[in-house]
Amino acid sequence: MVIAIGFEGSANKLGIGIVHNGVVLSNCRRTYITPPGEGFLPRETAQHHRSLVLAVLSQALREAAVTPEQIDVVCYTKGPGMAPSLQTVAIVARTIAQLWNKPIIGVNHCIGHIEMGRMITGSDNPIVLYVSGGNTQVIAYSRNRYRVFGETIDIAIGNCLDRFARVLKLSNDPSPGYNIEQLAKKGKKFLSLPYVVKGMDVSFSGILSYIEKQSYQLLKSGEYAPEDLCFSLQEVLFAMLVETTERAMAHCGSQEVLIVGGVGCNLRLQEMMETMCHERGAKLFATDERFCIDNGVMIAQAGFEMFRTGNLTKWDETTVTQRYRTDAVEVTWR
Amino acid sequence: MADDGRKCALGYDFKLIKQGAEAKVYKGNYLGRPTIVKERFKKSYRLLDLDNHITKERIKSEARAVLRCKIAGIHTPALYLVDFERRCIYMEDVQNSTTIKDYITQISEEAENEAGTAGSLLMKLYPIAQEIGKVLGKLHANNIIHGDLTSSNMLLVKDEKDTLTIVLIDFGLSHVESSMEDKAVDLYVLQRALMSTHANVDRLFATILDAYMKENKKESHEVLKKFNEVWARGRKRTMVG
Repeated sequence: MVIAIGFEGSANKLGIGIVHNGVVLSNCRRTYITPPGEGFLPRETAQHHRSLVLAVLSQALREAAVTPEQIDVVCYTKGPGMAPSLQTVAIVARTIAQLWNKPIIGVNHCIGHIEMGRMITGSDNPIVLYVSGGNTQVIAYSRNRYRVFGETIDIAIGNCLDRFARVLKLSNDPSPGYNIEQLAKKGKKFLSLPYVVKGMDVSFSGILSYIEKQSYQLLKSGEYAPEDLCFSLQEVLFAMLVETTERAMAHCGSQEVLIVGGVGCNLRLQEMMETMCHERGAKLFATDERFCIDNGVMIAQAGFEMFRTGNLTKWDETTVTQRYRTDAVEVTWR
Repeated sequence: MADDGRKCALGYDFKLIKQGAEAKVYKGNYLGRPTIVKERFKKSYRLLDLDNHITKERIKSEARAVLRCKIAGIHTPALYLVDFERRCIYMEDVQNSTTIKDYITQISEEAENEAGTAGSLLMKLYPIAQEIGKVLGKLHANNIIHGDLTSSNMLLVKDEKDTLTIVLIDFGLSHVESSMEDKAVDLYVLQRALMSTHANVDRLFATILDAYMKENKKESHEVLKKFNEVWARGRKRTMVG
């Protein structure tokens, strides 16, 4: 019986979660929300996390009804992410690991998403579509690694959506992507946008530049409403994702898809993926915002898997890193 | 159902052999020749307008690239018929061929059984890698960007004299472009595909690149420079230090 606590703070979410052998005991989260038209900057994000981390920690312990003594392992996000916020959270994890005298494990953020998705949905060996503000990857497991079959060759999908939300001055509460999704539901008129698929890779930066440049004129002339632009952008971006995911499925002969990451809770994306899976006789696994969006549980779960297989992090390696590839981690638990 | 009607329209000679990501692939006879029919069926997850547009573009790209390759002396399946209405391309069924993917897997398994080293496996694949590099060099020297280079999209044909020929297929994502950027991304896509599919022979790409440089001499320096730039973008590299 292992109880693991996970600390996450790679971007604007601060999350602490506790899992007990695959059962979620608590999942607490705070989001740093910036004014419309602005993104979150590293320094301010770290300040946000610093001011709340202890309150969230006691809430997580309280909700899980566990005492520090009962915890077996402390897990934290080693990377990838923004350095200041990663550091803030890592320092807290290192401190309590010492105070409570527990082993510590540095977890790859992307692996966290995958392992938690597998735990929550019970999918065994899926093709993983990992879509968030910082990452866009199509991943499959093979020979002890999560191998990246396709990914963005420039910016992440969430970054593309967030930045377009800034152009429209949409609210960042609860998230810019959520507000784009709501507007897109009312969109009707389709604007033709570039569609950029390169093998199993995708590229979003050109699409963003295009729509950024066009939107002012299109909105001013009344030819398109903001709703139409959100709708068109979503349709094109998601079609690209579904297509590359399908390519990976055909390439690997897989019959399962798991969507993880913040953009993964977009219902239109899930719907499109479901349609594709249905046509192929495949199965889709997806989760809701509690687990899709960055959280502490995912770090605890991946850390638990590592702990179970004796994969502890040496004390002098409990650092953080901004770049940490999904395929850099040796998977010891599968 | 419309779908069944379409299948019938292909005639009873055609048998569905594969449903890829983009198309259903049928095998059969057309005008007395062994033929592959690639049907880019409707993708209902995409908006109809978007789907129609993409499909049409890809059928066009495929047909154009095949023609260009022929002029450049690069082997591709011969084109028999393009049917926009039914979203189909009829083309030559290349006889005695295996995909490079299957070939590498087969050779790897053989090598494993013989308990050979990774080095000896690489030696065995060397002539193929050379040939691939040469074909790609020629492709880019003619400004044809394939757009989806993987080991599944290359066929290996061996004739009676054991001469190896690489046949390129699946030109749906191709376009004609002289920019170094597109050529570099084309190579990058291939390297990534090889890394994820054939992790045991990750050094294969170096040989391919070598042969590519020799073939596409004029641009080799600039393509390589761009290639390194593409790798440095985004989150693709690990931060050291």
